[in-house]
Amino acid sequence: MTATAPALSRPTVLASTTRFFGRHASWIPVFAALAILIIIFGAAQGYFGNFLTPRVISSLLLDNAYLFILAVGMTFVILTGGIDLSVGAVMAFTGMLGASLLSQGVPVGVVVPTMIVIGASMGLAVGILVHYFDVQPFIASLAAMFAARGLAFMVSLASIKVQDPAILWLQSTRIQAAPGSWYITPTGIIALLVVAAGALVLAYTRFGRTIYAIGGNEQSARLMGLPVARTKILAYVVSGICAGLAGVIFTAYTGASYPLNGIGTELDTIAAVVIGGTLLTGGSGYVVGSMIGVFVYGTIKSVISFLGAEQSWTRISIGALLLLFVVVQRLIVARSNRR
Amino acid sequence: MIHIVKHRLFWPVCALIVLIIVNTIARPSFIAVTVQNGQLYGPLIDILRNSAPLMLVALGMTIVIATRGIDLSVGAIMAVSGAVALTFISGSADPNSLGTVLVAILLGVSVALVLGVWNGFLVAVVGVQPIIATLVLMLAGRGMALLITGGFITTINSAPYKFMAQGYVFGLPFAFFVSLAAILLVASAQRRTALGVLTEAVGINPEASRLAGVRSRGIIWGAYALSGLLAGFAGVLYSSNIMAADANAAGLYIELDAILAVVLGGTSLMGGKFSIAGTVIGVFTIQTLKSTITFLGVPPAVSPLFLALVVVAVVLIQSPRMRGWIGRSASAFRPTTTEAAR
Repeated sequence: MTATAPALSRPTVLASTTRFFGRHASWIPVFAALAILIIIFGAAQGYFGNFLTPRVISSLLLDNAYLFILAVGMTFVILTGGIDLSVGAVMAFTGMLGASLLSQGVPVGVVVPTMIVIGASMGLAVGILVHYFDVQPFIASLAAMFAARGLAFMVSLASIKVQDPAILWLQSTRIQAAPGSWYITPTGIIALLVVAAGALVLAYTRFGRTIYAIGGNEQSARLMGLPVARTKILAYVVSGICAGLAGVIFTAYTGASYPLNGIGTELDTIAAVVIGGTLLTGGSGYVVGSMIGVFVYGTIKSVISFLGAEQSWTRISIGALLLLFVVVQRLIVARSNRR
Repeated sequence: MIHIVKHRLFWPVCALIVLIIVNTIARPSFIAVTVQNGQLYGPLIDILRNSAPLMLVALGMTIVIATRGIDLSVGAIMAVSGAVALTFISGSADPNSLGTVLVAILLGVSVALVLGVWNGFLVAVVGVQPIIATLVLMLAGRGMALLITGGFITTINSAPYKFMAQGYVFGLPFAFFVSLAAILLVASAQRRTALGVLTEAVGINPEASRLAGVRSRGIIWGAYALSGLLAGFAGVLYSSNIMAADANAAGLYIELDAILAVVLGGTSLMGGKFSIAGTVIGVFTIQTLKSTITFLGVPPAVSPLFLALVVVAVVLIQSPRMRGWIGRSASAFRPTTTEAAR
């Protein structure tokens, strides 16, 4: 390596870029997502003139805090080659249960852990179905989605208002440098912490590396003696924990729980993860990409509300963007297979 | 006797019969069929009538699943086709004329067909995983339906349109004849021609069937187109039942019901062998189960929980590990045979 270094003493910008991408090929989709985000930012700023303000950017984090958390969990599952359709319903169920417990006077220190444990146990159930009973991930998680949605309605058919000061504090506190400038709420901090934790776990722990190995080739991972069963189930548990936590955050965000909360959120989450460059076949992707994917989603939503257009355009644009990414991914995979 | 028990439809039929018997014991009026003005009424007739949209969707789903695919977009396609048909009728000069209604149905169904062809294109030509390819439409479809209806629930007043879901022919609901026609058409196309065998071949091993000269691309494409087309008819029927195009509620969760019906009927989600008769029985089972849940006084909103439990039970029974356990515990009762086998 040192011997070849002098020969490359004057690398052109282009050559070094090629080399960089050659070594970090799996990061290309993440950069593509980042590029799309910047293009949307630029276009919106050019069109509206007042889009790129600290207020708008800060509110992206605030409004989508629950989606960041869900996307982290979903990234774990998709990296193993699975999918989790239950996250939106689990979020609604834990939110309903939490709100109902709080209204009965259960202290918040008990309620929040309960919500997270319930999310984790639903994830565990899906994981066991997937791994031990060979149920296809989307059927197992679809069943969990229906179970959670039914349970949410069982708690209450109407919405429950949350008056607990600790939960409301998560949302109402604004840590702000100066009035009108950048701000962040505790929910936003939690979301960023979850993203950071997810990224670190995937990159630097044995569990994280095993997830990539399973997504790359489950058979090989098993032959290498990696703990496939434990890791695969744990990925669904992580997603469940994230869904439970998202239930807390979403309850804080809306100040109330409604059993129909989060319908279609699983689709938004999957779309964000895929736009963030995670391959649906598993084995390749990053939590940071998913975070960018959620930013893209949130920005499209903001742009559409800036335009004053109908919010149904959000889903259509996300669907179109998802399509674009899936087709591009498909082409990339086809090319690398041919190689 | 063993021949009957071994038949692949034995357990699905048993489940349906048990469900009907339980219902009849709980409320004897369940199997009562009354005749008024030459038209049949009763809970069983309601099941025949209300199961029509699910029947259409489940038939399409059966063929898609047989090719080792899945179609998650059927509910969204239903919403779109209902929205298109009703928007046309509400905008027309004479909502009560048969011509207007026929054009509306044709429009709704053709849009659905186009969406189905689009799904098929993504899966068969581009090579996207079926679940994701149809997820795109599942995401975007309801948005499209909302745009078509302008974000409102379009309601109409049109006698011919109403007839489809609520009218009677020969004493039986018209909707039942629609599902009957669909069953016969799909079954004869799949079972009286080589198409069914080719479909199963594609589902069992796409690569091998391609090498054997089966044009798998066209067969897969056709399966999604058929699923879209049938979902379109289902959307028209659904909107005719409530005489409104509700972009959010139309066909909500029908994907799971349809998949469940297919699985209950004994078709494996891994593709390959499929059973149209099984799907028909599965649809009736689900519809009966739903009417049971309603009868028990459970709020309809909670009913997904029961369906989820049924799905889990069915997939568990189908799983190889569970079968292994059952087989082992069965052989534990026959110690002599195991000794002899050793």
